[in-house]
Amino acid sequence: MSPVIKKKGEKFTLPGKYLLFILTIVCVSLLVVTYATDAFNRPLNYIVNYIVVPYENGIAAIGSAIRDRKDELVNIRDLMSENAELRNKINELEEENTRLMQDKYELSTLRNLMELDEAYESYEKTGARIIYKDSGNWFSTFIINKGSNDGIKLDMNVIAGNGLVGRISMVGPDFSRVTSIISDVSHVSGMVLSTSDNLIVSGSLELIDEGVVSFSQLIDEEDKVGEGDKVVTSNISDKFMPGLLIGYISKISNDTNNLTKSGYIIPAVDFKHLEEVLIITDIKRQITDEDIEEAESNEIQ
Amino acid sequence: MRRFLIYFVFTITFFVLQGTLFKAISFGTIAPNLLLILTVSFGLMRGKKTGLLLGFFSGLLMDIFVSDYVGFYSLLLMYLGYFAGSFNRVFFDEEIKLPMVIIIVTDLIYGVGCYGFMYLLRGRLNFPYYFLHICLPECAYTVLVTLIFYPLILLINRALVNGERKRAKKFV
Repeated sequence: MSPVIKKKGEKFTLPGKYLLFILTIVCVSLLVVTYATDAFNRPLNYIVNYIVVPYENGIAAIGSAIRDRKDELVNIRDLMSENAELRNKINELEEENTRLMQDKYELSTLRNLMELDEAYESYEKTGARIIYKDSGNWFSTFIINKGSNDGIKLDMNVIAGNGLVGRISMVGPDFSRVTSIISDVSHVSGMVLSTSDNLIVSGSLELIDEGVVSFSQLIDEEDKVGEGDKVVTSNISDKFMPGLLIGYISKISNDTNNLTKSGYIIPAVDFKHLEEVLIITDIKRQITDEDIEEAESNEIQ
Repeated sequence: MRRFLIYFVFTITFFVLQGTLFKAISFGTIAPNLLLILTVSFGLMRGKKTGLLLGFFSGLLMDIFVSDYVGFYSLLLMYLGYFAGSFNRVFFDEEIKLPMVIIIVTDLIYGVGCYGFMYLLRGRLNFPYYFLHICLPECAYTVLVTLIFYPLILLINRALVNGERKRAKKFV
């Protein structure tokens, strides 16, 4: 490139105003298209998968390594005293254990007797690490380090410990996004375990600081449901597997219509210190058009 | 070319830091808005076009990762970058007050824009709550972080400008 032939003034430049106008149109059309379909998600996901995700993985690994070291140093002293305490406890527990083993044996024979289905103890699960949290402050979503290459699919349920975290809301090749149940957009159909009454659990940004989610539309005419009751995902939810623990009712009050009740639930999962999650790789089966056709043809026969 | 590479590295680094390191040291649930700092600072130093392009691409990154609909963050950040770029004429190297004021104004617009698009449209009408608990803390934290990152960006920009001048002289 010779500077004599090509002077700076002759270079073709697009004025900022026009560029702004063009990109505005691009953005708006992207919004419309992604609202209606997910046509762009696939190529865009592939691009970021090879540029950004490895970087995030690295940073996340460094971060957790540092945190581990720090925790180790802090904990050593506590551990010494805790150790002595725990030794005593072990003795107690061993004794209790033998007693419980007998109970368990009894229980399993009874279960066999009743032919109880242990379906939700045997979900297929896979672990994943959180590598990125929502960069805005508005929604509680995060990115995990497994994607379609590891067999993750849309709408798979995500749990941590024994409680429900959320579901997969986007899948890339080596990463996927989880929308948690405390996020403002999420609604989960739940069920009070003791009475089998259904309710709707919805996340709310206004309640995040208090560490609770709200529930509504609980019909409980006999006032049986009280504070501390367990809430699990219901059988009628179309995205969530039944029987996953959501949390415990912390406050309950009558709605103004006097028919339904609403209140707060303390989630079983500690969302502030979440680092690793489990993904249930079974997907709740959806009723498809084929299923309906098949059912109809069966009916005719 | 060198400038493009710097923008590229900065955008991705800031984006990654925003969701990892700065989420780990967030106050409550509030983390600062690093991509806004990047967009506004470079917009201010280089002009409208740089501002709007940086805003567009950093917004696009956020759209892909955290938003259900691609295009909202890019649109918002693009306009804020353009807005910051229009102050390029009155920009001086040593002055820190102007970038601070612009960061405050743009971050508040950003917060209100997010509320309007993602919460108001879903019928969440309690605007004072969201403004006091999300927008204002985010703005304060962002300003605090700007004090660290702005000098760094300034330094990089100065080095780039010097390098470009030297290379331009070689041809004369």
